[in-house]
Amino acid sequence: MEKRFASIWFPYLTTDRHAIRQPGLRNVPFVLATPVHGRMVITEANAAAEAKGVTRGMVVADAKACLPGLEVANAREGLAERLLRILGLWCIRYTPVVAVDLPDGLILDISGCAHLWKGEKPYINEITAKLRKRGFHVRMAIAGAIGAAWAVARFGKDPIVESGRETDALMPLPPAALRLEPGVVDRLHKLGLRTIGSFLHMPSSALRRRFGEGLPLRLRQALGREDEPILPLRPVPPYVERLPCLEPIRTAVGIEIALKNLLELLCRRLSGEGKGLRIATLIGCRVDGKTVQVGITTSRATASVPHLMKLFALKVPDIEPALGIELFVLEAGKVEEVDPVQEALWGGVPGLEDTALSELIDRLKGRTGVRAVYRYLPDEHHWPERSFREASFITEKLSGFWRSDRPRPTRLLAVPEPIEVTAPIPDYPPMLFRHRGEAHPIKKADGPERIEREWWMDPGEHRDYYYVEDDKGRRYWLYRSGHYGNDRPQRWFLHGFFA
Amino acid sequence: MEVKKENKLETVNRLKQDLLRWQGVALPESHTERVGLGPVEEAFPGAVFPTFGVHEFISRSREESAATSGFMGGLLSRLMGSDGVCLWISTSKLLFPPSVRAFGVSPDRIIFVDIARERDVLWATEEALKCSGLTAVVAELQEMDFVQSRRLQLAVEKSRVSGLILRCMPRVIGSTACAARWRIRSLPSVLAEGLPGVGFPRWEVELLKVRNGNPGCWQLEWSEGRFVPVMPAEQARGRFIQMQKIS
Repeated sequence: MEKRFASIWFPYLTTDRHAIRQPGLRNVPFVLATPVHGRMVITEANAAAEAKGVTRGMVVADAKACLPGLEVANAREGLAERLLRILGLWCIRYTPVVAVDLPDGLILDISGCAHLWKGEKPYINEITAKLRKRGFHVRMAIAGAIGAAWAVARFGKDPIVESGRETDALMPLPPAALRLEPGVVDRLHKLGLRTIGSFLHMPSSALRRRFGEGLPLRLRQALGREDEPILPLRPVPPYVERLPCLEPIRTAVGIEIALKNLLELLCRRLSGEGKGLRIATLIGCRVDGKTVQVGITTSRATASVPHLMKLFALKVPDIEPALGIELFVLEAGKVEEVDPVQEALWGGVPGLEDTALSELIDRLKGRTGVRAVYRYLPDEHHWPERSFREASFITEKLSGFWRSDRPRPTRLLAVPEPIEVTAPIPDYPPMLFRHRGEAHPIKKADGPERIEREWWMDPGEHRDYYYVEDDKGRRYWLYRSGHYGNDRPQRWFLHGFFA
Repeated sequence: MEVKKENKLETVNRLKQDLLRWQGVALPESHTERVGLGPVEEAFPGAVFPTFGVHEFISRSREESAATSGFMGGLLSRLMGSDGVCLWISTSKLLFPPSVRAFGVSPDRIIFVDIARERDVLWATEEALKCSGLTAVVAELQEMDFVQSRRLQLAVEKSRVSGLILRCMPRVIGSTACAARWRIRSLPSVLAEGLPGVGFPRWEVELLKVRNGNPGCWQLEWSEGRFVPVMPAEQARGRFIQMQKIS
């Protein structure tokens, strides 16, 4: 489809806004000023002030000298950005792709939108009339390239430039219409190049040498020979399905039917493109104007309707339909490539990459009450609590190796429990320990195994571990914290149970 | 006369097998699928460990839970082989992952599911047991009634996953639909005379209930990566002395 862009220019954006708030300022000379080096400098002047010769960059004292009735207000930082954002969001009713064009304009990608207003002329009239009614001075132009639309909106006469005729439209315009840096514009004027037409046909290498890379680039953009990216105010998710309902939906069954229809549409499209979704959101627009939404995430890209349906089924009870939902929107927030070959290869082979397993993990993660699903990988630490770490994703490959040369308990207490111990002499295993009121005479013991604390991670004392077995054959992991000393009590702890 | 007797024995065996089949016990064709439990396997129907069944392990104390975890580790190493995946569902993070390495299971092949409430453990276990991509599911539970265990058993029969349920300090031990009910207790380890330290893990393995099998009690030791049946202590000592004499 042919690309068409509209540029909207607000020549007196901030002063218009003050005039809307205080209608008395509309027809009197009025400026906004900000202190620069101790002087008040005009940043914005309205039409009446400009007609009297007051322009931007003048000092307020000078302006007041030649125009005693001048109204002055303090300029506020960021007002233009805020206003443009609000106006841009308002413009979304005319096209979904609206971008803010600082400092004083908007850019609309109107490809395929104007015919809804019966052509581009009525389209422009509609928008400008609405904005003027609100009190803004506004100029608008439509062209096949952003640069051309921008130039014609500010400097041109005929607001509509047909695609392919940008050159003709730009010829009589001044070089400033090309969005150039002020220095370059001055130099062009100095050289007598007062219209774009006078240097349009010069070789671009010559222009680049004299005026820098900016000028040929801006020329190409204005003529539509180079694409210009714009940043939409509200990004359009590329994978969206909508389902308007004739009657508001209020029941869980109804929601599930709607969801199933949407998923089928979305998944057919995704699988056709060899993609799968990782994040999906179901948005329900209610009759009372509010929206409700539920989201799911998957651990690997999938386009399987039954699986996604199962994931959503866990969330459907959270949807509050109130008086009814009239529009369902299903968005795929994150989409990834799926390798169909790989899926076939792994199908049925039990392993971490198994599809059935990843679907199970998604289901477990989606359920409230399931705190976490994770794997452990070895970590390079001797300290028992740190000798393993959670894998950052469920299929992360094993990189190190698991040590098994030292006895380790099968069950480790998160918080070691203090015990009373009878130990003969330093560094010998205890003879008896008492835990929760029960005495455990020790028959066999291994140790000590000293594990130093990693001082760069946390302060504290080292531990001397003993692997002991009591008279009933129960095996424990005990440790003494720190060194033996006469001046302080020994602290012993039970840290785990062996098989 | 002899021939008739032989025929009778055959008929009885066949009838026994038929009975088992009607009761829903799937008997494998060959006896190769052993899990290395030695004499304990004789207690199961057809002398084969029911891999595709739910096994319930009762533990009365934290020490017994630890012993049971070790025993399960030994079982899992046989069930999982080199690339099986196991799911470990619990409400506590008590299992020390590096320790299962000693029982032949690579800890990174276990996926841990941490759950806030006991009620959701059963849900997660049932979902997991339905997933054919897994080899085994271990769930740490406290209470389980007949209906819940029946649901798990049915899920297992369809998906052919092993289910191991560790019931830590249960208040009520009712009847369940599990294939077997175990209790593992640690026994004093035995070392060669004069050696210091603690020996290989040794357990008293008690089969409290076996569906269509014979309950019993055995002593097993985990050494060199496998279960080794242990004779009572006196016999062992006798054998040790004998061996010394021979050498």
